[in-house]
Amino acid sequence: MTVEAARRGGEALGDSALRPDGVLKVTGEFAYSSDLWADDMVWGVTLRSPHPRARITGIDVSEALAVPGVHAVLTHEDVPGEKFYGLEHHDQPVLAIDQVRYQGEPVALVAADHPETARRARDRIRVGYEVLEPLTDARRAALDPSYPKVHGDRSNVVRHQPIRVGDMAHARRVAEVVVRGEYEVGMQDQAFLGPESGLAVPAEDGGVDLFVATQWLHVDQEQIAPCLGLPTGRVRLTLAGVGGAFGAREDLSMQIHACLLALRTGRPVKIVYGREESFFGHVHRHPARLRYEHGATRDGRLVYVDAEIVLDGGAYASSTSAVVGNAASLGVGPYEVPNVRLDAYGVYTNNPPCGAMRGFGAVQACFAYESQMDKVAEACGLDPVEVRIRNAVAEGSRLATGQVIDMPAPLAAMLEDARAFPAPPPTGTADVRDLPGGVSNTTHGEGVRRGVGYAVGIKNICYSEGFDDHSTARVRLETVGGEPAALVHTAAAEVGQGLVTLQAQIARTELGVRQVTVAPADTGVGSAGSSSASRQSYMTGGAVRAACEAVRERVIELAEERLGRSLPGASLHDGRVVAADGLAVASLAEVLAGRAVEETREFRHRRTTALDPLTGQGDSHVQFAFCVHRAVVDVDVELGLVKVVELAAVQDVGRILNPLALEGQIHGGSAQGLGLALMEEIQVRDGVVRNPSFTDYLIPTILDMPPMRTRILENADPHAPYGLRGAGEPPTLSSTPAIVAAVRDATGRPLTRIPVRPEHISCG
Amino acid sequence: MEFLRPLSWEEALALRAGRPDAVPIQGGTDVMVEINFEVRRPGALLDLNPVRELAEWEMAEGRLRIGAGLPYTRLIEEVGDRVPGLAQAARTVGSPQIRNRGTVGGNLGAASPAGDCHPPLLAAGAQVEVESAAGGVRMIPAEEFYLGVKRTALRDDELIRAVWLRPAEGPQHFSKVGTRNAMVIAVCSFAIALHPAERRVGTGIGSAAPTPLRAAEAEEFLAGELAGEPAWGRSLPDGLAERFGELVGRAAAPIDDVRGTAAYRRHALAVMARRTLTWAWQDRLAGTGRS
Ligand SMILES: Cc1cc2nc3c(=O)[nH]c(=O)nc-3n(C[C@H](O)[C@H](O)[C@H](O)COP(=O)(O)OP(=O)(O)OC[C@H]3O[C@@H](n4cnc5c(N)ncnc54)[C@H](O)[C@@H]3O)c2cc1C
Repeated sequence: MTVEAARRGGEALGDSALRPDGVLKVTGEFAYSSDLWADDMVWGVTLRSPHPRARITGIDVSEALAVPGVHAVLTHEDVPGEKFYGLEHHDQPVLAIDQVRYQGEPVALVAADHPETARRARDRIRVGYEVLEPLTDARRAALDPSYPKVHGDRSNVVRHQPIRVGDMAHARRVAEVVVRGEYEVGMQDQAFLGPESGLAVPAEDGGVDLFVATQWLHVDQEQIAPCLGLPTGRVRLTLAGVGGAFGAREDLSMQIHACLLALRTGRPVKIVYGREESFFGHVHRHPARLRYEHGATRDGRLVYVDAEIVLDGGAYASSTSAVVGNAASLGVGPYEVPNVRLDAYGVYTNNPPCGAMRGFGAVQACFAYESQMDKVAEACGLDPVEVRIRNAVAEGSRLATGQVIDMPAPLAAMLEDARAFPAPPPTGTADVRDLPGGVSNTTHGEGVRRGVGYAVGIKNICYSEGFDDHSTARVRLETVGGEPAALVHTAAAEVGQGLVTLQAQIARTELGVRQVTVAPADTGVGSAGSSSASRQSYMTGGAVRAACEAVRERVIELAEERLGRSLPGASLHDGRVVAADGLAVASLAEVLAGRAVEETREFRHRRTTALDPLTGQGDSHVQFAFCVHRAVVDVDVELGLVKVVELAAVQDVGRILNPLALEGQIHGGSAQGLGLALMEEIQVRDGVVRNPSFTDYLIPTILDMPPMRTRILENADPHAPYGLRGAGEPPTLSSTPAIVAAVRDATGRPLTRIPVRPEHISCG
Repeated sequence: MEFLRPLSWEEALALRAGRPDAVPIQGGTDVMVEINFEVRRPGALLDLNPVRELAEWEMAEGRLRIGAGLPYTRLIEEVGDRVPGLAQAARTVGSPQIRNRGTVGGNLGAASPAGDCHPPLLAAGAQVEVESAAGGVRMIPAEEFYLGVKRTALRDDELIRAVWLRPAEGPQHFSKVGTRNAMVIAVCSFAIALHPAERRVGTGIGSAAPTPLRAAEAEEFLAGELAGEPAWGRSLPDGLAERFGELVGRAAAPIDDVRGTAAYRRHALAVMARRTLTWAWQDRLAGTGRS
C-alpha cells in the first residue's frame, strides 16, 4: 500500500494517527509507574548522603529496625552479588561503601508497611561521616594531574577524545580573521514529570518481576541481575507507565534497590521518589566549559577550529564516554573545516553525576560553535545566515572525523528557508502577557527591543562508535472474531515519544490490516535497545517492519499453496492478498484458516567504527540529522527579561511517519532548548544542589514557549528504513543558540553562559 | 496526623488554643508542599475550609474586609476593581489551579518574603484582623505584621480572620520580576498606591529583604516633592521618577540567592518603582484608575 493511500485511512504510516495514551494523560487517568499497586506491598525509601564527599565511619541501623512496621533495613553489606553497576563502567555502588562521592548518593534502604513509617525509620539510621572537601573543579580534573582523585587511583579523566585534522600551524598563518570565545553551559535537568518509581514482586522461582518506568529494559536487566546474584533470566522486567524520560531513565535509579528489598522481605516493594529526591535520583546534562578559536578567511570561510571542551561527569561515569564522543565528533558543527584541533574531556568530580539527556554532548558543543559562527559573521561583516551557508556541509562533505556524509544534507537550502520565513509582526502593548515579564506586569513597552537569531545543529542518530546495536520485534498475524489482527511485541520503551502508535502504524501498513495490538513491552522478547539517540523509529521501526515483511512472506506462501499458483509481487491490503496486477485473490481470513503466523526479527543498522584515540578519525556515526532555528525575541533590556516571540524550525526528517507526533517532537525539543537558553539550571555550589524543586528549577510555561512555525523536509536517507531520520533530538540543539543569538542581537551583550539570567542582560 | 475540622470560627479558635501542634490549613498550597517536601510533619492539621465565613468579603465602615480564606480567583473577580494593586498581585500568583485554592490569609500565614500579596497590602496601608479565644481581636497594620523570614506578629493561639483595606483612592500598580513569564516566585517585586487625598504615595517591596517592607525614604521624598495641590494635577517633574526609583532600590536589603543577585534586585526595584510611578501618574492625569 502506498503512503498516499494510507493517509486517507487515518491510521497507517504517514497519517497523524492518535496516540492511545493521549486522552488518558490529559484527563489524569493514565496509570504511571507511581500508580502501581499490590495488595500486600511494602514501601521502600532511600537514605541519601547529605555530603558531596565524605568517608563513612559507621552505619547504625538498629534504631531504624526497631521502628514498628519496618520490614528491612539494608546497607551495602546486604547486596548479595556484584556491589557495583553502571552503563559503561561498573563504577557505581548499589549502596555506598565506606565513602560517598556526591550529595544524594544512596547509603541505605528501608522497607516498611507505610511510606511515612519508612521515612521516619530512615531518619533514625545513624551514619557517621568524616566530611571531606569536595572536588568540584572539572577543568582541573581534566588537565591537572596533581588534582586529587575522585575514585582512588583511577584517573579523573573518564575519556579524552582528541580530533586532529590538517595542519594547524599552516592554518593559523592563512587565517585572516580570528575569533575566540569561552562558553559555559549550566547543568540542565530532564525534569520529567513522573518521578522514578516501580514495583518489585518476588517470584516463586526465587527471582523477581520488576515493573518500572525506564528507557531500556534489557540494559536494566543486565545490570540488576548480577547485583542480586541471580541469573539474568530470573529478573524479568515489564515497562510501567513512563512519565517522560529525556535520557534520565537510562541509568538505574530505584531498580536494584526495590528488587533487593523484595527479595529480602518476600513482599512486593514499591519505591516512588518525591520531586526533591528525583533531582538526586537521576543523572543530568553535563555542564560544560568550552574554549573555541575559529580562524577564517575575510570572506567568511572557515580555515580552522581550535577547541577544548570539558564536560563535568560528576561522581560516576554513567554515559560520559559516549557524551564525550559526541561532543568531539560533532564539535565543529555541520561545517566544512579543513583544519581542526579539538580536545574533549569528560571527568569525574564530586558534583552530581551526569549522563544522558536529549542532545547528548551535541547540545553543549552546539551552543559554543554557533556562538562562534555569529562572531565570525560579525568579524567578516557578513550576515549570520550567509556565513553559515558558506561553510555548510552537504551530501559528500567530510566531517572533522573524516566521515563522509553519504545521505542528503541540504543544509544551505534549509538555512535559506529559515531566513525566508516571514517576520512576526511587532508586539502590541495591549496585553502584558505578550511582553517580557508576562503577567508579572513589568513593562508596558518600556525598554523592549526586538532581536533575531539563527542557529543550526548536527546530531548523530542511533548508537555510534562501533556499537553493534539491534532491536527485536515479534509480529503475529491471526484472525480474531473473523477479522485479521496483528500483535506486535517488542521490548521498546514508550517514553512519550509515540513509539507504540508508530509500531501499530507500521504493522497496519505492512500487513494491510486494521486491527493491531501492541503488547506491553517486557523482557519476554529480545532487546529493543534504548529509547534514546533518536533511534527507536529507525531501530524498532526497522525491526517491526522486518518482522512484518517476514510474516507477509509466509502469508503469501500460504496463499500460493491455497491457490496452487505463485503470486510474484503480491502484497497485503485491506485484509486481502492482492496480486501484482492489483486484484485481490484471497482474504487473509481464508488464507490463515485459523492458523497464526508469527515471526521474530532482529534489525541491525550498518556498522560504524570507533574513533581513533589519537586523531579522532573514524566512520563513527550511523546517520546525521539537521535542524535550523530562527528565534525572534523581545527583550526588556533594562530588567533583562525575555519573551520569545516566535521560534521557527526547518528540519529534514527523511520521511514523515506521523505528522502530528513529529511536530510534537519538534515543539518539545525546541521548548527544552528554550529552557536551557533562558532558565533551566540545577545550581550547584561546592557539590551541593541549591534548587532541587520546581519552585526554583524553572521549566518553560505556555507563556514562555511561543507558537512555532515548522518546515519539514523529506529527503530520504537511502540507508534507513523508509528513508526516515531520527527527529527527537535535533531541535533541542539549535533552539538554544538561536535564542541566545536573538537576545544578543537585541541587547548587544556577549552572553557566553547559559542559561542567560536577567542580571547578565541588565547589569552585566 | 489528625485532621481537625471546626465548623465555626469560635470552634476554630478553641481548637487553635488547645492544639499548639496543629497547623492551620486553608488552600493548602503552601502547607501541602511543605509536608510533601518533609519540611514539617505537623501533629495535626486544622482545616479552616469548613468555616465558610472566611471565604467571604464585605464592605464595612467604608472599608473592604476580605476574609482570610477568599481564594485569589474570587478576589480578582469580585473585588479586583476596588483593590487593583492586590488584584494584580493575585493574578501573578502561581497558576490558575493555585489561584483557585490559594488565599491572602495563607499568604500572610506563610509570610514568605516573596509572597506576592505583601507589597500591595503595605502600599495600601492594610490591616490584618487576627483573633484568639483568650485574647480577642487585634488589628495589626501590615507593616507591623512581618517580623522576619516566615515569622509574623501572629501569636501561637491566634488565627487570621481577615484583611482590611480601603478601596483604592488612586491608581495602584504591582510589578514583579521573575525568570519566567508566568508561575514564578518573585525575584523581587514592588507595589505602589497613590493616596491623593493625603498627598501621599504608598509603597511595598517584596523579596528583597528578610521581610516585605515599605520604602519609607522614597515615600517621604515623594511627599516632599509633591507637596501642595498643584503638583498633583501636573506631569511628574523630570527626574523625579528616577530619583524615586533609586530610593526604592536603596530601601531594600537583598541577598544573593538562587533566584538572583542582590545587585540585580536593587537595580530591578529601581526600574519597577520608576515605571510603576510613571504608570500611576499617567493613570491619574488621564483619569483612569481611581482618584
Ligand atoms: C505551584 C505553586 C505556585 C505558587 N506561586 C506563588 C506565587 O507566585 N506567589 C506567591 O505569593 N505564592 C505562591 N505560592 C504559594 C501559595 O500559593 C501562596 O502563599 C498562597 O497564598 C497560600 O494560600 P493557601 O490558602 O493555600 O495557604 P495554606 O497553604 O493553607 O497556608 C499557608 C500558611 O498560612 C497558615 N494559615 C492559613 N490560613 C491561616 C489563618 N486563617 N490563620 C492563621 N494561619 C493561617 C498555614 O498554617 C500555613 O502556615 C505558590 C504555591 C504553589 C504550590
